[in-house]
Amino acid sequence: MADTAGRNTRPLALHVPEPRFRPGDAVSFDDLDLPAAGAVGRPPVDAAPAALRDYPYTLIRVLDPEGRAVGAWDPRLAPDRLVRMLRGMMLTRAYDDRMFRAQRQGKTSFYMKCTGEEAVAVAAAHALHRDDMCFPSYRQQGLLIARDWPLVDMMCQIYSNAGDRMKGRQLPVMYSSKEAGFFSISGNLATQYPQAVGWAMASAARGDTRIAAGWVGEGSTAEGDFHAACIFAAVYRAPVILNIVNNQWAISSFSGIAGAEATTFAARANGYGVAGLRVDGNDPLAVFAATEWAAERARGNHGPTIIEHFTYRVEAHSTSDDPSAYRPADEARAFPLGDPIERLKQHLILIGAWDEARHEALRAELVEQVRAAGREAEALGTLSGTAFNHGFETIFEDVFATMPPHLKEQSEQMAEERRVAGV
Amino acid sequence: MNMIQAINSALDVCMTRDEAVVVLGEDVGYFGGVFRATAGLQKKHGKTRVFDTPINECGIIGVAVGMATYGLRPVPEIQFADYIYPGMDQLISEAARLRYRSAGEWTCPITVRSPFGGGIFGGQTHSQSPEGIFTHVAGLKTVIPSNPYDAKGLLIAAIEDPDPVLFFEPKRIYNGPFDGHYDRPVQPWSKHGSSEVPDGHYTVPLGKAAVVRAGEAVTVLCYGTMVHVALGVAAETGIDAEIIDLRTLVPLDIETITASVEKTGRCVIVHEATRTGGFGAELSAQVQERCFHHLEAPIERVTGWDTPYPHSLEWAYFPGPVRLTQALHRVLKD
Ligand SMILES: Cc1ncc(C[n+]2csc(CCOP(=O)(O)OP(=O)(O)O)c2C)c(N)n1
Repeated sequence: MADTAGRNTRPLALHVPEPRFRPGDAVSFDDLDLPAAGAVGRPPVDAAPAALRDYPYTLIRVLDPEGRAVGAWDPRLAPDRLVRMLRGMMLTRAYDDRMFRAQRQGKTSFYMKCTGEEAVAVAAAHALHRDDMCFPSYRQQGLLIARDWPLVDMMCQIYSNAGDRMKGRQLPVMYSSKEAGFFSISGNLATQYPQAVGWAMASAARGDTRIAAGWVGEGSTAEGDFHAACIFAAVYRAPVILNIVNNQWAISSFSGIAGAEATTFAARANGYGVAGLRVDGNDPLAVFAATEWAAERARGNHGPTIIEHFTYRVEAHSTSDDPSAYRPADEARAFPLGDPIERLKQHLILIGAWDEARHEALRAELVEQVRAAGREAEALGTLSGTAFNHGFETIFEDVFATMPPHLKEQSEQMAEERRVAGV
Repeated sequence: MNMIQAINSALDVCMTRDEAVVVLGEDVGYFGGVFRATAGLQKKHGKTRVFDTPINECGIIGVAVGMATYGLRPVPEIQFADYIYPGMDQLISEAARLRYRSAGEWTCPITVRSPFGGGIFGGQTHSQSPEGIFTHVAGLKTVIPSNPYDAKGLLIAAIEDPDPVLFFEPKRIYNGPFDGHYDRPVQPWSKHGSSEVPDGHYTVPLGKAAVVRAGEAVTVLCYGTMVHVALGVAAETGIDAEIIDLRTLVPLDIETITASVEKTGRCVIVHEATRTGGFGAELSAQVQERCFHHLEAPIERVTGWDTPYPHSLEWAYFPGPVRLTQALHRVLKD
């Protein structure tokens, strides 16, 4: 043992990361290193992980400041496909706005928006096959919307009403749709990640052709489940896409608390010998291209890909959060990657496939679509403190496939309780 | 003071008195925690004593164990008790056994704080009451306050305790006592005697229950939010119940419990957690073992159902006044 007593050693210091800006500070992202659109090459989808080591440290971007699609990652999508992507993102935003207001009006207990992150889910959905399996977190409502899942069904979940197929059991936004390839969401962060890997392993083991994709926030990459997923994906070369949505904030904690000062989130891939890509998450074409690349890689049995989507959480974490308490109010506006909807719109206008009038007409149409769906959903009930939209006996259903005696007994006890209470 | 302010005050008092006390957890630093229980502490005590952590409960508890073995007194926060599970191995296999397996060479004076319980429309992942899982573990103490005065005194006692303590905060009563009538407005703590909380240092000892209402007909054993449900039912029905707020589940104040049951001859246990294997089963066994000859009716348990917490039907899950009243009538029948 080294004897340090009496030695003139310097005191140690603990580093606690701090974000660059707090409320009241002037925000500037000038020193953010943003490679130009088209600057990053596109490797072959069967490249060995060792040949891909630099990709996690740059940023794949397709749309340039004028709205041109440039470089090797341009997915060269037909205009009608681009319009469908635009529509999906705009519908997601219109849906978010209405559900947020519904929460404020007391029609539900909770809501979470994905404003500014619409491309991460919608463009990815377009690059995946309809029967690929998604293991999302709570901010990928755009996956369901891009897969044309009925808004009314989603809203019924938000309202825990009689039309909620989940029988009002889950917190709002925790959708589930096996038919839409959208796995039931857990409130426990990152648990879906190893599950995505397991589903992909099963698909591979059975000689299926479908792949899986999972999503977590950058904050959630700190969870053990994230690392469990990575090691299994790497070892078995699971056909899975592991998406990390780096929207800079995990409630009040900036990305540095999850390790962003030391490296990028995509670079975690290198430690596992997995392909890692880092993309401009506000660039729908870049998100599409990276997802398409990773999907082809997975389908060709070349292994998993970790994709970091660099984006920004424009709105509060949830309806229970007040971001003005921990970050400058204009930080979202100063974030240099722009708005994904505006960027795709600009691109479409530039290529002559779109114009302001059509955009405004679509916006109005989507607001009306959401309003109509809202009215339909609300007709089946909303959640207010005392509104019970489901039979009380449903509490005891689905705990097990068949109800064991102790639950039957408790169910009867509850029925008696309701009778006495007159409800 | 409300309960959050009382907890904040306890942390502040401990940090001021003892340099070794540190606070860590998700969002606890600059923001002061999603429930604001650590508000202002980082500003006052510095960011190496109050700091945000990565979202990794295993890390939060494991690092706290390591800090404790260095000689600090960490007070980690787990944002919701539902998220303590990823940290279970560090808590159960490590923190709880460190003293025992090293014959006292290493100890683990950490206090894990976590909001728990339902009644806030938190759905199944923001509502659970996991205390029974931890009371089953040798080497952990479990503390659950029911009012601001106790919250502060018990938290200080927990932080000063030489062993690992779980401090579960019933979040439904952070801002006011709640009697289980979800359709009535909740009174703020300011209208309640227990909101008179001294500014400075005091403790409410661990392992000491409180008889919060004296009575002759039946003993009601409860803790946390359920204390207020029980008090409400006694007031509404006029049943002459003796209500015992356990305050700590481990160590358990069995003397106060047995003295009461020997007097009343009847016992009803109330908790919000699921019934099977819950802490109520332990209470029932101990009362039966010690008070068998005094019992005039079977012991009753009033609990949540053996299902996950259903978001929209949470009031039908919550063991409210009707469920408790029915049990009391059954126990008092003959
Ligand atoms: C296991 C677990 N720990 C803590 C929480 C509480 N919590 C909910 S969301 C959140 C922040 C997540 O941030 P991030 O992963 O970056 O996703 P974002 O919300 O930014 O999309 C936290 C700490 C949780 N839900 N689960």
